[in-house]
Amino acid sequence: MTTTTLAGIDVELNDEGFLVEPSQWTEAMAVDLARKEGIDPLTDEHWKVVHFMRSEYLAKGSGPSVRVLGKTSGVTIKELYQLFPKGPAKTAAKIAGIPKPKGCI
Amino acid sequence: MRCTSIACLYAMGVPVHRIVILGGGTGGTLTANRLRKIYHPDEATITVVDQNDDHLYQPGLLFVPFGVGTIKDITRPRRTQLHRDIHYSSSGVTKVELASNTVCLTDGSDLDYDVLVIATGATLSTDETEGLSGPGWMEKVFTFYTPEGAAALAAALRDFQGGRIVVNVVDMPIKCPVAPLEFCFLADAYFRKRGIRDRVELTYVTPLDGAFTKPVCSKQLGGMLDDRGIKLVTEFNTGVVDGTGGRLIAYDESEIPFDLAVVIPVHSGATYVANSEELGDELGFIEVDEHTLQSTTSPNVFAIGDAAALSASKAGSVAHFEGEVLVENIHRFLDGQNLDASFDGHVNCFIESGSSRALLIDFNYETEPLTGHYPGSLGLPLMKESRLNHLGKLAFQWIYWHSLLPGRNLPFVTSHMPRAGKNFVAPIQKEHSR
Repeated sequence: MTTTTLAGIDVELNDEGFLVEPSQWTEAMAVDLARKEGIDPLTDEHWKVVHFMRSEYLAKGSGPSVRVLGKTSGVTIKELYQLFPKGPAKTAAKIAGIPKPKGCI
Repeated sequence: MRCTSIACLYAMGVPVHRIVILGGGTGGTLTANRLRKIYHPDEATITVVDQNDDHLYQPGLLFVPFGVGTIKDITRPRRTQLHRDIHYSSSGVTKVELASNTVCLTDGSDLDYDVLVIATGATLSTDETEGLSGPGWMEKVFTFYTPEGAAALAAALRDFQGGRIVVNVVDMPIKCPVAPLEFCFLADAYFRKRGIRDRVELTYVTPLDGAFTKPVCSKQLGGMLDDRGIKLVTEFNTGVVDGTGGRLIAYDESEIPFDLAVVIPVHSGATYVANSEELGDELGFIEVDEHTLQSTTSPNVFAIGDAAALSASKAGSVAHFEGEVLVENIHRFLDGQNLDASFDGHVNCFIESGSSRALLIDFNYETEPLTGHYPGSLGLPLMKESRLNHLGKLAFQWIYWHSLLPGRNLPFVTSHMPRAGKNFVAPIQKEHSR
């Protein structure tokens, strides 16, 4: 766990860099979080996915997997990887300030 | 005159519960048989629907590619696994109409229910991965998750004289998440026995960030791959399977070449789920309360086994452990009582490690697989290779047909995860991600 400053506010990130308290998230923080992931600037397409991840998390308690994102977000899996090359679900969740999507077991 | 037909009992106002179970596999069969024990035929009709009459012992598919057993050896008629006075309907399902409590069958008839149990498992969505079922499918690219695939792979492995074999999990969730790893261990032992192991390059390719989903176990299984000279490629998200060119191509455009690929396609729920309004999630699995197994949208619908969208593994042992709570809850629901919220996500899996040895893992929603013994200190060794565990895995097929499916309680085996015999040292609790 580390404390860092995002958009001028001190927040805690877990060992993998996910915001510990999702309710602290703001759009300004998303810009800083994206920069940490090498994504700068966040385009409209990025925002579409980030907002979708967040609304799914708030509705269901967990962010969707890449496969579900591809089926429901209106962005294809191929495009998702172009937007978030390091892994769409994980990276978009991080930028959206929500926990890492649960791995299915 | 004695009233014997259900229609007659209805006409007389006698309450007869109509329980319909979709799917005559592990979960559906054991649920039907357990329900029959608590309801006399005059109290409830129990109808099981399945599209064919072949009940496959799915754990047996793992061994078929290595010439151990045939599909015939692991298949029995569904009908004969069901107790007397359980109706069996051999038909596909078109859709479920939740508003009218009706199941529409492909033979054109309808079935009305008071309680519906979804036990139609998971299906392989081969078409979701570009190229997978295209040129090279069943020639150079196989899966052992279907009877045809396992049989075809047996012939291909027999003829294999050397080269690169990749075992690829396309995406989670899949049935029996340890099976692809077991396949690697068995392949290693198989080629050693044939004396050509040095000519075979084995690679395990997974979208996960380790060999398995659970951290402690993942480390151990990863070590076992390493010990056997099996290469591990993690976080590989397969976008295309090029059967002709012999390449797995990831969405990030990285490639892994192969001479023979064993692919575990993505899984979805049964097709009719997608055609039924508000029944399932995006992948066709049924969202249920993780402790009661009751649908989150329809109180008189329950799901068991692979069909349920739970964070427990899709495995036969889970369906078995769920059965007890499910049957209790159907009973309570029909009696108007509060449900029993006691299913704990218990999973128990033997992991074949080759050369007649196996590991055993036992865990639940909250507790990682741990070392120790199961189901108590004098039991089978956990997380450790042993011949005893291998014998346990082999014996299980008999237990499956003769005890588990008929709905008998297995001696020493509880539906809740036992804590006795386990080494509870840190880290024991998984981190809550929400």
